[in-house]
Amino acid sequence: MNLQHWRYEIDAHKIAWATFDKVDSSVNTLDYATLKELANIIDTAEYSPEVVGLVIQSGKKSGFIAGADITQFQHCKNPEEGLKLVLYGQEVFACLEKMEKPSLALIEGACMGGGFELALACRYRIACDSESTLMGLPEIKLGIHPGWGGSIRLPRLIGAFQALPLILSGKGLSAYQAGVLHVVDYVLPKRECENAARDIILKGLALASFPHRLISSLYRMSNMTGVRMLIANFIRKQIAKKTVMQHYPALEALISQWQKHGVSEDAYANEAASLVSLFPTETSQNLIRLFFLQTRMKSGAKASILINHVHVIGAGTMGGDIAAWCALNGIKVTLQDRGESYIAPAILRAKILFEKKLKLKHLVMAANDRLIPDVKGDGMRHADVIIEAIYENLVAKQEILKQMEQHAKPSAIFATNTSSIMLDAMNTALSDPSRLVGIHFFNPVAMMQLVEVVCGEKTSDAVIAQAMTFVKQIKRLPLKVKSRPGFLVNRILMPYLMESVKLVEEGVPMERIDQAAVQFGMPMGPIELADTVGLDICLSVAKELTEHFGGEIPKALLDKVDQKQLGKKTAKGFYTYHRGKKQTQRIDCVVSICIEDIADRLIYRMLNESARCLSEGIVEDADMLDAGMVFGTGFAPFRGGPMQYIKTVGIEQIRARFKALQEQYGKRFETDDHFINAIS
Amino acid sequence: MRNHKPVYIVDMSRTPFIKAEQGPGAFSASDLAVAACRPMLLRQSFLPTELGEVITGCMMPSSEEANISRVISLRIGCGKEVPAYTVQRNCASGMQALDCAMKDIQLERHDLVLAGGVDAMSRAPLLFNSGMTAWFSRFASSKNVAQKLKTLLQFRPQFLAPEIALLKGLTDHTVRMSMGQTAEEVAYRYQISREAMDAYALQSHMRAMQAQKNKSLTNIVPLINPSNGNVIAIDNGVRADSSLERLAKLKPFFDKPFGAVTAGNSSQITDGAAYMLLASEAAVKRLNLPVRAKIVDVAWVGLAPEVMGLGPAVAIQKLMQQQNCELNSIDYWEMNEAFAAQVLGCLSMLSQEGQVQAPTQNSSIPQDKLNIYGGAIALGHPVGASGVRIVMQLINALENNNAKRGVATLCIGGGQGGAMLIERVSGEIV
Repeated sequence: MNLQHWRYEIDAHKIAWATFDKVDSSVNTLDYATLKELANIIDTAEYSPEVVGLVIQSGKKSGFIAGADITQFQHCKNPEEGLKLVLYGQEVFACLEKMEKPSLALIEGACMGGGFELALACRYRIACDSESTLMGLPEIKLGIHPGWGGSIRLPRLIGAFQALPLILSGKGLSAYQAGVLHVVDYVLPKRECENAARDIILKGLALASFPHRLISSLYRMSNMTGVRMLIANFIRKQIAKKTVMQHYPALEALISQWQKHGVSEDAYANEAASLVSLFPTETSQNLIRLFFLQTRMKSGAKASILINHVHVIGAGTMGGDIAAWCALNGIKVTLQDRGESYIAPAILRAKILFEKKLKLKHLVMAANDRLIPDVKGDGMRHADVIIEAIYENLVAKQEILKQMEQHAKPSAIFATNTSSIMLDAMNTALSDPSRLVGIHFFNPVAMMQLVEVVCGEKTSDAVIAQAMTFVKQIKRLPLKVKSRPGFLVNRILMPYLMESVKLVEEGVPMERIDQAAVQFGMPMGPIELADTVGLDICLSVAKELTEHFGGEIPKALLDKVDQKQLGKKTAKGFYTYHRGKKQTQRIDCVVSICIEDIADRLIYRMLNESARCLSEGIVEDADMLDAGMVFGTGFAPFRGGPMQYIKTVGIEQIRARFKALQEQYGKRFETDDHFINAIS
Repeated sequence: MRNHKPVYIVDMSRTPFIKAEQGPGAFSASDLAVAACRPMLLRQSFLPTELGEVITGCMMPSSEEANISRVISLRIGCGKEVPAYTVQRNCASGMQALDCAMKDIQLERHDLVLAGGVDAMSRAPLLFNSGMTAWFSRFASSKNVAQKLKTLLQFRPQFLAPEIALLKGLTDHTVRMSMGQTAEEVAYRYQISREAMDAYALQSHMRAMQAQKNKSLTNIVPLINPSNGNVIAIDNGVRADSSLERLAKLKPFFDKPFGAVTAGNSSQITDGAAYMLLASEAAVKRLNLPVRAKIVDVAWVGLAPEVMGLGPAVAIQKLMQQQNCELNSIDYWEMNEAFAAQVLGCLSMLSQEGQVQAPTQNSSIPQDKLNIYGGAIALGHPVGASGVRIVMQLINALENNNAKRGVATLCIGGGQGGAMLIERVSGEIV
């Protein structure tokens, strides 16, 4: 057999071991060439009398199989070509599934998308219990759905109730979770994996020793014809609570596909056709672009450093949550504040985060032990990164910078999480101002993937590179931005929030304003967002921005802050909150402005500011701006970001709309030369 | 006078002592030790990985804390390469850990050792009795349904009566006496009255309260309860509302109903951890470490288990012989208050005539030099930690009063006593 990407060996027990090790690639991905070799292997193993069974494993340290090669699909010239590739993959996996000899997937590391579909086509699956093991069908995050039988074999294996939410969310399962859901037959330490694979291939699995396969046969009844419609409608309702389903056509495509065909044999052809029809959608194109932009953001982190100890000063919401996030990601963290009682709430929140993310008791304990309350600030002298996250006051922050310079190691990075004070104003307190960099997290830290790495005029390139690498180490996306007021994300977000307050002043019901934004694709309406962030914080950022860039602050916002109605944290802001839950009111007044106009007023303010940021060079380019807004604010991902949205709608149309808005609402919708430069 | 290579106390740290309320406390023994050690290690110029050994005294680790010292050393980030062992000598387990560290340093096995003690008394488990245990194993080894059914029928309700590990642990099974009963025995032999015991207990609370007010005790790390965010900053067994009347109302707990030892004049059931960093002279010089005191000598003795409470008196006598010095050459004393009766018994025994005396008169250890910041009656007695806590408190007493020499001593269940001579070192080590 002539193999380039696979190794094929037969051991003393006549078991064929197929080891996937794609040439010239650090990860295993499936494309036409690698599938063809796999087909060859399946054929040989099945028909060779020398072989009793087939084990499929990876030869890469990076994991099992990362998925299908997306670029291959992108390069397809027409839908027919794409369909051919999808159908070919289905055919190979069908051969694997129909083998008379037993087949087994030995999974360690990432086993995603196409790789997971391959594993699902095997008769048995063993997951290695290492921390890196992760399996799932993330296709939905790219605006498509599985196409190599995953959307059929997974519900068949574990039932629709478990499987569909997994596919529809694109969530990955750890080895432990995969074991609990019986996606795999065994979760084992690495030392046992090979022996177990051999044993299972030779002896098969006695049903008695495998009660979970019996139990899951009950779950599988969820795929029966009569039940499917009920479940499908239930799931639709669940999703509609969180997402506007029209924005993500793959969701409905997948649900209706399953509802119609279940897990029968004719479902496969339908799955393939449906997938191919999703590829050219704007949603999918935009999401795939964002996927590659993530890779680009990570590739910017090139410094070869490993952070072992982070010292955080200020245990408030941001400081505390940054500390917890770092500890979660394996770093020793010392958290400093005036007294234990100021640190205690952060410790409490951290414990909840650790329990949610790590689940296993010993891992939770280790994370708790890594997070050390440090009232005296003794951790400063040992830390590799020191992050200042105290209240926004230049003098206080400079005082802390001086302490850092006095106590820290010479190699330590000095970082500030400020969102409104300019680095070049702060770093004058340092004898070496090149050491200070902004590492600006977003609230809630555990949810927002973006971290702005803010560069002052004096920040050295080496420090920037180290800060980027640190951000990548804690599994966040670093975005390099210039230190100008508001940096990137807050600066673009603020006009949008101000416009929403203006709409409130004009008497438009708040629910309607939020609804308009959500329908556009924002994860949360602007009024609710302002309440969540805190109106005092919004006001201070708004003041900072208007000071530099002009504009006016709506009176309604000033009034709210005056009345100490600061949002969710005071149970009253624009909305009223009961136990942290928003109290909704019915809209009963007549609204003169239509919902599309509301959305445009909100969004176009953002577009205008985006273009300005771009022309001022706050970020590298339009791609990075889009990535920043999507991963930092949740800006409608399926629209690809503000600049991509301008492109999609068309420049001429956008300008015409701006003109109309300017005529109706005034100067703030005026587009200047910068705008035209930025978008053309 | 015996002379050893000096062993220095570089730093010390403990948790507040938390009185056991109903049910298990919020912290396991290793949680407490981690909370005490992390901040102390953080303020050193060296890393935890540079320690030579971690030694812990602990009497009641949970079933998940076998060789708890190793569990602690890993949790505080000493890394896999630093060895750790756990020692037991009942109430002196913590002092034993210090003694072991001293020996390891004197033998030049290590020059930097983390040693201390911990116990979460409130987490002492309920155990199945032997009847239940035997029945369980019979049931587990029953092969088929018929056998299982048969075993099931052999179950008796009395199997469910639990054994309380805490009470079992505080009982001397060789003489079939609880610790409180040995205190009653001491009281009987030295004719110590209930009133004297209660007066002593009240004084312990008063002194502890005064010490809290004056912030006389240092190096106590506030604890954050991670399940509710509450902060515990001080030893919470100290009672401001204690009075002779209230104490007099309590019923005898051990010799019911005619005895004199009550819950009020005994040490409290408490959770806590206390640790010290000990270093050789070489390490002190190499790492330029600050030094608070040095351990000069230790004495261990045995005596009749029935009067284990007199252990300190016997140990002090031996220590004085070893050092060839007189009681009045010692500036301050810390004697663990397992029971007021036992402390007063020791004072009587040490007083020259050895006769019945009012404790404040003619005693060779003046009361104003003994337990000046209160003791275990007010602060509580987490068995493993107390031996270290009294040394810490002794250092505070010496420092606050600019004195030099002190002895920390305690009685040990099973009939032993231990005493440690400390000398304050000020300024540079030459």
